[in-house]
Amino acid sequence: MLTLEDLVIAQGNFTLHADLAVPGAARVAILGPSGGGKSTLLGAIAGFMAPANGRILWQGQDIRHLPPSERPVSILFQDNNLFPHLTAAQNIGLGLRADLRLSASDQEKVRRALERTGLQGLGNRRPAQLSGGQQSRVALARMLLQNKPLMLLDEPFSALGPALRNEMLALLKDLAKETGATVLLVTHDPAEARLFAPLAIPVADGHVHPPADTVALLANPPSMLAAYLGRPGGM
Amino acid sequence: MASRAQPIGLVRWLGGGAAALVLMLALGTLGAVFLHAEGPGGLGPADWAALRFTLLQATLSAALSVGLAVPLARALARWRFPGRRLLIILMGAPFILPVIVAVLGLLAVFGRGGVLNDVLGRAGFEPVSIYGLPGVLLAHVFFNLPLATRLLLQGWQAIPAERFRLAATLGFSTRDVFRWLEWPMLRAILPGAFMVIFLICLTSFAVVLALGGGPRATTIELAIYQAFRFDFDLSKAAQLATLQFAIGAAVAAVALNFATETAFGPGLDRPVLRFDAARVWLRAVDGAMILAAAIFLLAPLSAVVIAGLGQITTLPAPVWHAAARSVAVALASTAITIALALPLALLVASPGQRRGWHSRVMQPIGYLSLAASPLVIGTGLFIILFPITDPVALALPVTAVVNAVMSLPFALRILTPAIADAEADFGRLANSLGLAGLARLRLLTLPRIRAPLGFAAGLAAALSMGDLGVVALFAPLDGATLPLQLYRLMAAYRMESAAGAALLLLMLSFALFWLFDKGGRFRAHA
Repeated sequence: MLTLEDLVIAQGNFTLHADLAVPGAARVAILGPSGGGKSTLLGAIAGFMAPANGRILWQGQDIRHLPPSERPVSILFQDNNLFPHLTAAQNIGLGLRADLRLSASDQEKVRRALERTGLQGLGNRRPAQLSGGQQSRVALARMLLQNKPLMLLDEPFSALGPALRNEMLALLKDLAKETGATVLLVTHDPAEARLFAPLAIPVADGHVHPPADTVALLANPPSMLAAYLGRPGGM
Repeated sequence: MASRAQPIGLVRWLGGGAAALVLMLALGTLGAVFLHAEGPGGLGPADWAALRFTLLQATLSAALSVGLAVPLARALARWRFPGRRLLIILMGAPFILPVIVAVLGLLAVFGRGGVLNDVLGRAGFEPVSIYGLPGVLLAHVFFNLPLATRLLLQGWQAIPAERFRLAATLGFSTRDVFRWLEWPMLRAILPGAFMVIFLICLTSFAVVLALGGGPRATTIELAIYQAFRFDFDLSKAAQLATLQFAIGAAVAAVALNFATETAFGPGLDRPVLRFDAARVWLRAVDGAMILAAAIFLLAPLSAVVIAGLGQITTLPAPVWHAAARSVAVALASTAITIALALPLALLVASPGQRRGWHSRVMQPIGYLSLAASPLVIGTGLFIILFPITDPVALALPVTAVVNAVMSLPFALRILTPAIADAEADFGRLANSLGLAGLARLRLLTLPRIRAPLGFAAGLAAALSMGDLGVVALFAPLDGATLPLQLYRLMAAYRMESAAGAALLLLMLSFALFWLFDKGGRFRAHA
C-alpha cells in the first residue's frame, strides 16, 4: 500500500497537497488538467523532488529520504525513456544492473523480457532503428526486469496513435498482473482511464484527491474535474 | 533527499583536483618565478613602451577584426550563394592553423618579396613592409576576423526569420532593419566579441616574434621572452608577467559580464530570406565584401600550399624528427587537456551545482589560463622541476602541459554545455535506474558527449601541434618541435625548406584535428 500522508510539494508559487492511500496491486489513473500537478505528484513519489511537508510511505516504511533508484519504484517519463546510444537489449539490461555487467543468467533474463514484450530478434537495434511502439515495448521490458512493486507512468505513450496506445496499455496491464505491481498512470484521456484503471485519482488546482471508482467518477464528476472534462459538475 | 542520488562524490574529487592543478599551473608558477627572482629588476622605459604597444595592438586588432566582421557577417547572413557553407566552414580553419604557418603565408602575399609588392613594383610604387605594427595587425585580423564573423553570424541567425518577414510586410528599408533588428543584436554581441579578441591578442607571442620585435613593436609577452632568453632576468620577467596577468584578468572580468557564446562549432547555415537586401547594389556590396574576405583569408593559405608542394618530399631529416616530436607532444597535450577539462566540466555542469559556488569559482579557474602567460607557466615549471631533474629533457613535457592549459578554456566551453544537455535529457532516467559514478560516465555521459569531446580533443591537438611558445625558450638545438624548426628555418632564410616544413605542419595540424573530430562523430548515435 502506498500512503501519502499530509504531503505538501512546493515548486515556486505552486503547491500540491495530497493525503491518501492507494491499495496494493491496484491500477490507478491519475486524471486532471495539464499544469494541475500530475507530473509533480509522480516526481515526488519517484524521488525527483523533496516534499516540503508530510510523508511518503510504502508498506508502512517512509521512503522520503531514499534516492530514486533505491525506492520501490520504476518510472517512465513522457520522453527520453531510452538511451539512444545503447541497444534495446542494453537499455533493458539497465533494469537489472546499472553498470551493465550482466551475467549469463542476466542475459537470459533480458532475452526472455525481449520475447515477453514481442521484441524477439530486435535486441541489437538502437532506439532510432525501432518504431515508436517498439521503443515503448523496450521501456516496458526494462520495467519488467526492474521488478519494482510500484510502477509510475507519466504519459509515456502519448506520442503513439490510439490503437498502439491501447496495445501498450494491454501489455502494461498484463505485466502488472504478472508481477503484482501497483500502477499509477498519468493520463488526460478519460477513455484510457476507463479502459486501464479500475481506480482514478483526480488532480486539479493543487489538490490530489483520494482514489475513487473510475467509472463512477467519470459518470458523475466532481466540479473541478467536470470543468476539465467539459461537462456540468454533478457533485 | 533526492539530491543524494547524484553521483557527486567522485566528480567533486576529480574536478576539485583538476581545478587545484590549473590554479597551481597558472598562479603557482608565477609565484615560483617571483621567488627565484634576484634583485629589484625594475621596469625600464622599454618595458613601458612594450605595455603601450601591447595595449595599442590588442585594441586595434580587436577593433579592426570586429569592425570588418560586421559587414562580412551581414553579407553572409543575408545572401545565399553556392559555396557559402564551405566558406563558413573554412572560416573556422584559422583557429587551428599554426600561427607560424599563417605568418609565412602572409609574408608570401604581403611580404617584401610577396605578390602584393610584386604588383605594386610593376605599377611603379614603393614596396611596402609589413614588419612592425602593420604586420602584427594584419596577422591578428587574419586570425580573428573569422572568429568575429562567426560570433556575429550566430547573432544574426539568432534573429528569428519571422522578424525579417514581419519587417518585409511593414516595408522596412535596409536602414530600418539595421536600426530595429540588427543594431540591438550587435549591441549585445559586439562587446563580448571585442573582449575575446582583445584577450587573444594581448598574449599573442608567435606573431609578434616573427613580425614584430625591435623597440617599437615589442609586446609584454615578447619582452618576457627576451628577459628570460637573453638576460635571464627572472625578476623582470615576473614583474612583466604580473603586469600582463593583471591586464588580462581585468579584461577577462569585464568580458565575463558580456558573456557571449563562442561559435567554434559547426552549423551556422540557416540563410533567411531577406527582402530588404534584394536590391542590386546591395548585392554587389555584399558580394565584394565576401570576395575580398575570401581572398584575404585563402590567399596566404594557398601560397603556403603552392610553395610547399615541391619541397615537402625533399625536407631535411631534422624537420621530420621535429614533426615526430610535435605529434607526440600534441597527443600528450590532448590527453592532458581532456583529463583536466572533463572533470572540471562534469563538476560545473553537474545537476544541482549549476547555480552553486562551483560554477562561480570553477569556471573562472578554467579561464585563468587566458590571462596567464604561457611563457611564465613554462618557466615556473622549469624552476620548480630544475632541482629534481634535467630541464632540457623536460622541454617537450613542459610544452605539452602548457599547451594543455592553453586549450583548457576552449575545451571547457565545448564540453560543459554538452554535459549539461546530457544531464537535462537523461539525468532523471539515469537516477531512476541508479546509474552512478563510473558507470554513469561510461554509459551516459561519455556516449552522449562523444562528438563535442572529439571536437575539443581535435582543437587541443591542433593548437598544441602548431604552438610556438614556451618551447622556443628551452628546446635544445636538436630537440625542436616542428613550429620551432620552421621558425629557425625562416630565421636562417632557408625559405625553400621553410615552405615545405610549413606545408607539413599545416597538414599535420589539420589531420590531427580531422582525426579526433571524425573519431568523435564516427558511429555516434544521437
